Amino acid sequence: MAEAPLPVKPESRWRQTAQSDLFYAFKQSPVAMVSAAVVLGLVLAAVFAPLIAPTNPFDPATLNLMNGFTPPMEPNAFTAQTFMLGTDDQGRDVFSTILYGMRTSLFVGVAAVLFAMVLGVTLGLIAGYTGGWLETTIMRTADVQLTFPSILVAMLIFGVAKGVTPLEYRDQMAIWVLILAIGLSDWVQFARVVRGATLVEKNKEYVQAARLIGRNPGAIMWRHILPNVMSPVLVIATISLALAIIAEATLSFLGVGAPPTQPSLGTLIRIGQGFLFSGEWWILLFPAVTLLVLALSVNLLGDWLREALNPRLR
Amino acid sequence: MLAFIIRRVGQSLFVLLIVGLVAFSMFRFVGDPIDNMLGQERTAEDIDRLRTQLGLDQPFVVQYYKFLEGAVQGNFGISYRQGRPVIDILLERAPATLELAAVSGFFAIVFGVALGVVTAIRRKGVLTNTIMSVSLVGVSLPTFLVGVLLIYLFSVELGWLPSFGRGDTVSLGAWTSGFFTESGLKALILPSITLGLYQMTLIMRLVRSEMLEVLRQDYIRFARARGLRDRAVNFQHALKNTLVPVVTVIGLQLGSIIAFAIITETVFQWPGAGLLFINAIQFVDIPVMAAYLMMISVMFVGINLLVDILYFFIDPRLRIERSGGH
Repeated sequence: MAEAPLPVKPESRWRQTAQSDLFYAFKQSPVAMVSAAVVLGLVLAAVFAPLIAPTNPFDPATLNLMNGFTPPMEPNAFTAQTFMLGTDDQGRDVFSTILYGMRTSLFVGVAAVLFAMVLGVTLGLIAGYTGGWLETTIMRTADVQLTFPSILVAMLIFGVAKGVTPLEYRDQMAIWVLILAIGLSDWVQFARVVRGATLVEKNKEYVQAARLIGRNPGAIMWRHILPNVMSPVLVIATISLALAIIAEATLSFLGVGAPPTQPSLGTLIRIGQGFLFSGEWWILLFPAVTLLVLALSVNLLGDWLREALNPRLR
Repeated sequence: MLAFIIRRVGQSLFVLLIVGLVAFSMFRFVGDPIDNMLGQERTAEDIDRLRTQLGLDQPFVVQYYKFLEGAVQGNFGISYRQGRPVIDILLERAPATLELAAVSGFFAIVFGVALGVVTAIRRKGVLTNTIMSVSLVGVSLPTFLVGVLLIYLFSVELGWLPSFGRGDTVSLGAWTSGFFTESGLKALILPSITLGLYQMTLIMRLVRSEMLEVLRQDYIRFARARGLRDRAVNFQHALKNTLVPVVTVIGLQLGSIIAFAIITETVFQWPGAGLLFINAIQFVDIPVMAAYLMMISVMFVGINLLVDILYFFIDPRLRIERSGGH
């Protein structure tokens, strides 16, 4: 498989990538290139938010309440300052809050998917390779969890975790609890796919050979089987990322997610909803559009990846 | 057939037992129930008395059994926040959620199937392409954002429809209904579109792809060769055979409509069970969370079971395979 990450020398890896089928398919698809560029741009903007943002919205020293409710591209009536996307009720620059909010959203999304991936892949490998009661337990758990929509599972985990954390740590821990909740609600997909692929791989000759020379099961799973089941995992990870970003935004919007001290895009939309009726549409609209663009482009990228990596659809 | 049903019912009960265990563990281990029920001024005797009264001195398995016994009878304890029996609060809120879910489910099925059939029969064309592109955006749009945008358009800008609440309701015994007043019906429109939109796109895409698959089959070509009318071919032959996967998905989606109602109810401040659940999470009101979890899982598991059994009546092939194979 061309996309398997097994470089022999550093320079050959680049050529391997440039000549791979996947890269060729990528160059052929305008949708994939545009959405990849958008995702890359948004990720960079989020990572370098402290450098790009005109103001730090969470530093009370730089805030001026007089700047509150400034419409986009219009000078404020009192301070004559102009803000590209306007300001919210506390005079925070909406453009800056979006950059910082995206940081939280992406961080939670990526961390939750990574957590779900590690958990799901590990359990899937174990279930597929060892079989027996371990497999039954893991897959039964997965089946039960799959009966419920993942957003509901995430809410429940969040609620329970909140109940377990002491009151004084709740705000600090909220982000980690959120990652845990979304990650735990999402591992099932990974486990099912990896188990299925492992069941196929484990009867192949290279696995038998590895077993014959006496490698231990852990090494066979990680070093031999895992690289060969990675491509569906990659597709699920991308699609899960879009879902995780939406799940995080939903939870934060409902008030059971990111704390007010570390708002995500969902929190910003929640705040903006409060000003919808008084006519300050920009506080709501710009975070909403950002979230939509982010989720849509990750989704499109995932869709493209699924088709590109699936030989049957070619 | 009977063996299959018995096995499926057994599996469903097993799932419910596990969910019950989760709900019970929430009760037992998240926070101290004694702490939650007794105020600041309490004595050691009070604690002991309540511990015995609640049966917390009993072994875990006995407690779990008692919890299940109570749950089956609808006894989920008392809400930490409202101080009333949880079951009363839930029953009071249920009609709002069920009415909302029913209307949006109806909306999703009718429009989803209709649009799916239309886009499948006219495979190419401006209308089909538009519907398909819009549906892609619809799938990426989070439910809450749909709701907020609808409120902005129809309540704030146009002022046509109410943005929150249920409007006036009529009470029919224990059931309160918004179906019989004008404001009640108006209040239903935006929430049910919000809730049903995602399900509608899902059903539409599924019906379309299944229908395209079926239209390619030989018997369809044969039906056309026999000179049957388009309508007869499309609806009596093609649509009928797309129903099996469609019914599964519709069944499963009805369950998630109830779950996603949580989001819609929060956006529109709809006084249903979902809003109750979100408030329970915010205030760590464990009995309400546990009861909601149990209620919704009974619903999910029940729907799953019904869908599986419905298969038998829709798809005769399954009947033969199952009864022959076992």
